[in-house]
Amino acid sequence: MLLQASGLTLQRSHKTVLDNISINLEAGRIITLIGPNGCGKSTLIRVLLGLEQPDSGTIQTQRRLRVGYMPQKLNLDARLPLTVNGFLKLAKGASKQQIDYWLERLNIQGLRSLSVHGLSGGEWQRVLLARALLLKPQLLVLDEPVQGVDVQGQMELYQLIPQLRDELGCAVLMVSHDLHLVMAATDEVICLNGHVCCSGHPDQVSVDPAYLSLFGAASDQQPTIAHYTHHHDHHHCLDGHSEPLTNSATHKEHHG
Amino acid sequence: MADILFDLWWLTPLLTGVLLATITGPLGSFVVWRRMAFFGDTLAHGALLGITFGVLTDINLTLALALSCVILALLLLPLQNRSQLSADTLLGIVSHSTLAIGLVALSLADGIRVDLMGYLFGDLLAVEINDLLWVAASVAVLFGLMISNWQGLLASTVSPELAEIDGYPVKRLNILLVLMLALVVALAMKIVGILLVSALLVIPAATARSFAQTPQQMVVIAAISGCASVLLGMWASFQWDTPAGPSVVVAAAGLFVLSLVSPKKVSV
Repeated sequence: MLLQASGLTLQRSHKTVLDNISINLEAGRIITLIGPNGCGKSTLIRVLLGLEQPDSGTIQTQRRLRVGYMPQKLNLDARLPLTVNGFLKLAKGASKQQIDYWLERLNIQGLRSLSVHGLSGGEWQRVLLARALLLKPQLLVLDEPVQGVDVQGQMELYQLIPQLRDELGCAVLMVSHDLHLVMAATDEVICLNGHVCCSGHPDQVSVDPAYLSLFGAASDQQPTIAHYTHHHDHHHCLDGHSEPLTNSATHKEHHG
Repeated sequence: MADILFDLWWLTPLLTGVLLATITGPLGSFVVWRRMAFFGDTLAHGALLGITFGVLTDINLTLALALSCVILALLLLPLQNRSQLSADTLLGIVSHSTLAIGLVALSLADGIRVDLMGYLFGDLLAVEINDLLWVAASVAVLFGLMISNWQGLLASTVSPELAEIDGYPVKRLNILLVLMLALVVALAMKIVGILLVSALLVIPAATARSFAQTPQQMVVIAAISGCASVLLGMWASFQWDTPAGPSVVVAAAGLFVLSLVSPKKVSV
């Protein structure tokens, strides 16, 4: 067990952002946090990383846990001149060999001496990923790793993540707002909306009423959801509201 | 011999100004990168309150100045990043009210004559050998601190969160940077005065941005550009009998405008 958190609760100006959340991260497993905007995904990650203190709850980590973090956004001030190489060198203890290796592994050797300010969204995401991987993390945390990346690049990145997990033997904790993109790349999905709505294998979560009601109500995604659940033989309404389902997803709470 | 010494009286202020510019440029680069320009301004304005306090209590003015800068810097530490509007407004309030309170209190102090213009706009030509030694020692210490903490300071400027996860002491580095800034503001006040201190921090750094591809280059070019501003400003001051402090800032601004004409443009 690399990291074990239980009962995490965080309030911000009378709004409960995190409500009694427990999560375990194990080496070799990819866990994806999913949920609508403002559901506390990024906050949970920040709390787990120790960047924010929870109001209550405990986090236990393995001693000297090496964490690689790829933030959702990193806005560099344009007045700070910085090359990709200079950016990567700032990782504490990064050696030239490690930088060489990861630039090559992620296929971005050509960016090395370029200014970080001229990179495309996809290039910059790969540089951030390289930064997270540089020090051989035991836990890799990716907050919306495909933001600003074109569709082709998104698929490539999601194919890359299980490979990286195998190469490093690390745990991966990933945030996404799009389940169907991460389905193939994840072992477990935790659907979050302040509290844990449901969790389990992606196939199970995608047909879970809590997930369906959350995403069905949050946006007009019913056709998409129908599409991605059609291969299950459960009977359920397309809008996902009325018909309770029995499946093996750990179902913690029901939504009205 | 005496004649030569007399003729060289300007060497002390010149040397002091140049020495100081070697550190205001590099520190100013961090000010620019972290959007702390307003923060530096507030420190300088608040320092007048420190001077007033020093006058009223009759303690050493330089000490009062340095102390007040340090205290104010630590009080304002949570506001160093002006990204939030509330922080911006609060800095504005603190900045101008401390300046105003300082001015009012000074005028109320009976029988004390203070060279107010000297504090507001600096009096470079009045710098003495004693000041030069203080500046030299401080600049040496500041350079030592900046070089030994360079990677941490830069990493936490680029991303405090990544730096924190990497294990850099981000909070301590922030305090260090603010204290260094306080010391430089206190020193630079003699030269360009309260109202123009942050110009000496920000303008050479902004000038350097046009020519730099790495942070290290920017810091070195900022130092050079700062020194050039001091030399140019003082030369102009002798030539046309203009006040030295403002002349230095005008020279810095002139160099900045020239840098914009250079082929590599970056929005400032």
